[in-house]
Amino acid sequence: MTEIFALVEHRQGKIREITYEILGCGERLAKEKGGSLTAILLGFEVKELAEEMAMRTPRVLVVEDEKLKDFNSLYYQKVLSSLFSKYQPLLLLMGHTAYGMELAPSLSVELDLPLATDCIGLSFEGERMKVLRSIYGGKVMAHMTLKEAKGYMVTLRPGTFAPKPLEEKKGGIMIEPSPLQEVTDRKRFLQYIEAPVSGEDISQAEILVSVGQGIGGPEHLPMFEELAKILGGTISCSRPVVDRNWLPKERQVGISGKTVKPKIYIAVGISGAFQHVTAIKGAETIIAINKDPRAPIFSVADYGIVDDFQKVIPLLKEKIKGMMGGV
Amino acid sequence: MKIIVCVKRVPKTAEADLFIEKEGKDIKKDNLVFALNDWDGYAIREAVRIREDYGGEVIALTVGPEDSKEVLTRCLAMGVDRALRIEEPPAIDALLIAKILARAIQDHSFDLILTGVQTEDDGWGQVGVALAQLLGIPHASIVNRIEIENGKGKVKRELEGGLEELLEVKLPALFTIQTGINEPKYVSLAAILEAEEKEMREIGLEELGLTSKEPLYAILERVSFPPAGKMAEILKGTPEEVVTQLSEIIKKKKG
Repeated sequence: MTEIFALVEHRQGKIREITYEILGCGERLAKEKGGSLTAILLGFEVKELAEEMAMRTPRVLVVEDEKLKDFNSLYYQKVLSSLFSKYQPLLLLMGHTAYGMELAPSLSVELDLPLATDCIGLSFEGERMKVLRSIYGGKVMAHMTLKEAKGYMVTLRPGTFAPKPLEEKKGGIMIEPSPLQEVTDRKRFLQYIEAPVSGEDISQAEILVSVGQGIGGPEHLPMFEELAKILGGTISCSRPVVDRNWLPKERQVGISGKTVKPKIYIAVGISGAFQHVTAIKGAETIIAINKDPRAPIFSVADYGIVDDFQKVIPLLKEKIKGMMGGV
Repeated sequence: MKIIVCVKRVPKTAEADLFIEKEGKDIKKDNLVFALNDWDGYAIREAVRIREDYGGEVIALTVGPEDSKEVLTRCLAMGVDRALRIEEPPAIDALLIAKILARAIQDHSFDLILTGVQTEDDGWGQVGVALAQLLGIPHASIVNRIEIENGKGKVKRELEGGLEELLEVKLPALFTIQTGINEPKYVSLAAILEAEEKEMREIGLEELGLTSKEPLYAILERVSFPPAGKMAEILKGTPEEVVTQLSEIIKKKKG
């Protein structure tokens, strides 16, 4: 029978959202192939997490070891490689996240399996695995086939696949002995570093004026700060703006920054990389201003203006000022 | 410290109009501007910074067509000591790039290999970590700080939601570099002129014991534009008209 393995992602005692998306995708494929889905949970003292996963999958396979307490790809790779040899699953799914990006490429080399990373679609055509990837910054899609093999590995783009709902009946939990023996000093996890608590919390803002690389340089920032002020909102930004030190990290909207849910999100000069777009899904209304009509941001925005921000923003400031003045 | 940095020349597509070529296998590239992959620029600067602190040598390596020499020249101008271009096979995937790089590196000594986290074009985010496994060395990905002490790299990895983790990795090791790890630096004209004098070698695949027909693990069938799907309502008219419509929308949604 076809076996699909889904790697459970958890950190600091909590299951990560991507896990449900991996399970959702895995369940669909298992149904199509007439196979079964197994959640793979590696960790230490993870009984509660195993129970939680059993509510979502017919079978949970657990490996517990103190060395698996915090994520270290060297240990994870060893355990997964031994599980792979034992169970010979057709497919191993994981997230295209800080966790999957550290682990999947090296594991695929060790097992000599085809790997497709950051996929936004996947399906079987007979025994062949087909995947869909988003390339050139989301402007183009690549339709790919993986080399015929005894097994495949795929990492999934976060926020793309429908999460798996709860099961009607609880699945079974299987405990697998840990194959890990000696402690390695080749790579050691030392500690987590939490983001500093800052004065301005953009995740709570009702109105965000958000700027991207497309604004050209920090000399244009005052215009947006002023617009944000007139609207009673706050200024935020996309990653390249922080990388270039135009604004501090606490202003960054995105997977590696903050997730926001304002009433109004105005994105200026932001192309709309998935890392950014995923983090603004909770916004009620998204307005995008960008010169490039093909910028991916327009496929998530509610309203769009295709023009140079230097023409639009000064006019908008005046207009809003007039409007607010009347209140 | 001997540091090897793997780089790629990529088309800049963010603000360009893209067209799909006749065979449907790629976009048309003749009208596009090419440059050093953004992530790789950070990796180069980080390597040069480490060399400035610890001494040694930085070597830039690319698998790419003849035109890739221009990004190697750029790397040399950014402070790299020497560069090597390896011929690119006609069909390639992330694993094959890693295999070619591994062949070129495996018989040489080194302390550190840096790559970008991913490229702007294909965005596999796979080459660096696969290369580490092929060479049998430990790695850390999405690294945004490196400190070298006692033959170890103390590195910070970027996780999600502003969280980071601190790892200790024994050298020789490979790190994939995240954007923002350092600040872009101005490259002077003198440095560009100096780069012309530095060593740049080119080798073919056969010199690495490979052919132009290595098997692929991921085969590209075709490319397409994303389906229109849900699209924003684009506001039309003169800038004044557009702004009037927009301010009405803002007023309404603001509540």
